[in-house]
Amino acid sequence: MLAAACLAAPLWASQVAHTTPEANHLSDQVEVDGRPTDVVDELGKPIGPTWSSHFFLGADGNGRDIMVRLLYGGRNSLLIGILASLGTIAIGLLVGLLAGYHRGRVDTFVNWLMDVIWAFPVILLGVALGTAFAIGGLEIGPLTIEGDSLAIPIVIISVVYVPYLARPVRGRVLALREREFVEAARAQGMGSARIVFAEIMPNLLNTVAVMMPLLVVNAILLEAALSFLGAGVQAPNASWGTMIAEGVDRIISAPHLAIAPGAMLVATVLSLAVFGEGVRKVLDPKAEVRIEH
Amino acid sequence: MGSGLARFAARRLVSMAFVLFAVSVIVFAIFNVIPGGDPAVRMAGKVPTESEVEAIRAEWSFDEPVYVQYATTMEKLFTGNLVSYFNQLNVTDEILNGAPRTFALAIGASIVWMAFAIALGLYGAIRAGAISDRLLSALALIGIATPVFWLGAILSHYLGYEAGIFPGSGYVEFADSPAEWLWHLILPWFTLAVLFIGIYSRVLRADIVETMGEDYVRAARAKGLSERRVMLNHVLRNSLIPIVTLWGLDFGAVLGGGAILTEQVFGLQGVGQYAADSIGQFDIPAVMGVTMYGAFFIVIFNTLVDIAYAALDPRIRLDGGERE
Repeated sequence: MLAAACLAAPLWASQVAHTTPEANHLSDQVEVDGRPTDVVDELGKPIGPTWSSHFFLGADGNGRDIMVRLLYGGRNSLLIGILASLGTIAIGLLVGLLAGYHRGRVDTFVNWLMDVIWAFPVILLGVALGTAFAIGGLEIGPLTIEGDSLAIPIVIISVVYVPYLARPVRGRVLALREREFVEAARAQGMGSARIVFAEIMPNLLNTVAVMMPLLVVNAILLEAALSFLGAGVQAPNASWGTMIAEGVDRIISAPHLAIAPGAMLVATVLSLAVFGEGVRKVLDPKAEVRIEH
Repeated sequence: MGSGLARFAARRLVSMAFVLFAVSVIVFAIFNVIPGGDPAVRMAGKVPTESEVEAIRAEWSFDEPVYVQYATTMEKLFTGNLVSYFNQLNVTDEILNGAPRTFALAIGASIVWMAFAIALGLYGAIRAGAISDRLLSALALIGIATPVFWLGAILSHYLGYEAGIFPGSGYVEFADSPAEWLWHLILPWFTLAVLFIGIYSRVLRADIVETMGEDYVRAARAKGLSERRVMLNHVLRNSLIPIVTLWGLDFGAVLGGGAILTEQVFGLQGVGQYAADSIGQFDIPAVMGVTMYGAFFIVIFNTLVDIAYAALDPRIRLDGGERE
């Protein structure tokens, strides 16, 4: 339930909000306890939570509504988390299938590649890639991605977590390829590609389903960390990570700026983790997946 | 067994060297190939003159082919002569300056997280199913879900700035004042440890519960050993193995730059913060140095864990040295 609420909230952001996440209300006033109050006072101190429909959780230094920004920022955080984990799954499945099915040299090479990715400090690799791309953008053939595009953190996070999926997948494939149904398929004269995708891959869905919620959790947390260090989501886009970063800068005068996005992040991650635990118990009580950030 | 293990260890060490080499090439590529434009122009500042750019280009040998630049950078790295593009400071010196701070953070935090995880895991397993156990599990999940940089900022604000119990940030040399050193590190230690306490205590609890059902534990009980001896000598001793493995991997990762966020939030000026600053400035020599330093610790601890496993379990040595 909590999971559903947390996940759904950012999705209806555009319907309930009275303003946009970028709109300033520097000189506006709202009613608090029946008295009109400045959204941002003369000293530049933003209003705290009003617990009413406008500025429910208060405003930030530019007079922007925190609740509205939270919902829109959450949309970015969740979008990145989900798309990045789908990317990880796509790459990880492919790589794990290749390595596990072909063994030999391919396997050795893939394993070594995974070792290399694993040898990087996760955050350091993410920050390095994020900073490099944020300046130069990304060009893949005719496709050009701007430095401030959300696609960049998505690609980075997908790649960083590939070993987490590719290794267990490879292990499963190694075991599966010796099973009778694969031999039967081979005896029928099926090609390798069909065996891999039609026979072996469906058997990996359990492994993937177990990993997916935790991959999303990892991706959301890494996105927040990257954005916090300025190497993830770039302005004018917001995410919970960038909001925490902004909040921490002003934590002394307006602690609600840091607390609100952090609390949202914790609630979301927590509900996803509980959900993941449930999936794991149903499908695969033995699997071991870890969260790192 | 000696020669088999030695061969296994040698193989792991060779592959470790290759991994480190690949890491250095990748980092160099990330910072040389991806961000278009001329690094000499970037370094020359906002309004560079043509001659300034030329001078910088010659000084840093940007006019050489990329692989020559790579070779020069690596050579300087190994001879300790690598200097920053930006402030001309020696990279090795900067890393050596930051390392004691990062080590102090990592060692202290890992002691905190091991102590808490063992205590909580043991308690949870003994009380398995009770309300206190469930409460601990919920707390552990919250600990895992909390981003370390947010927790650090909140703790530093409320316990440091508002309540004035701890200093909000900064680092004091141990030699200057051991008491102040400890006082400044308590919040960072706990901040960094929370995540690991959450993970380790759950892993340990699950393992202990499983081990308690084993035959040899029943046998120990049947022999009439006290519950305390059974738990400590028979159960805990076996259940600690996975935790110690995790510890080896995580400790390497924390030393190797995993503490970057904690260092940043608490302004500890360790290697992690140096890394973050250098990346922000596109300071390639510094980034190379820091990443190699980080990757070295991660790879060395991974390798040590593998070798320790192989020493304990001869089967691993035979099938090509895989983890898991």
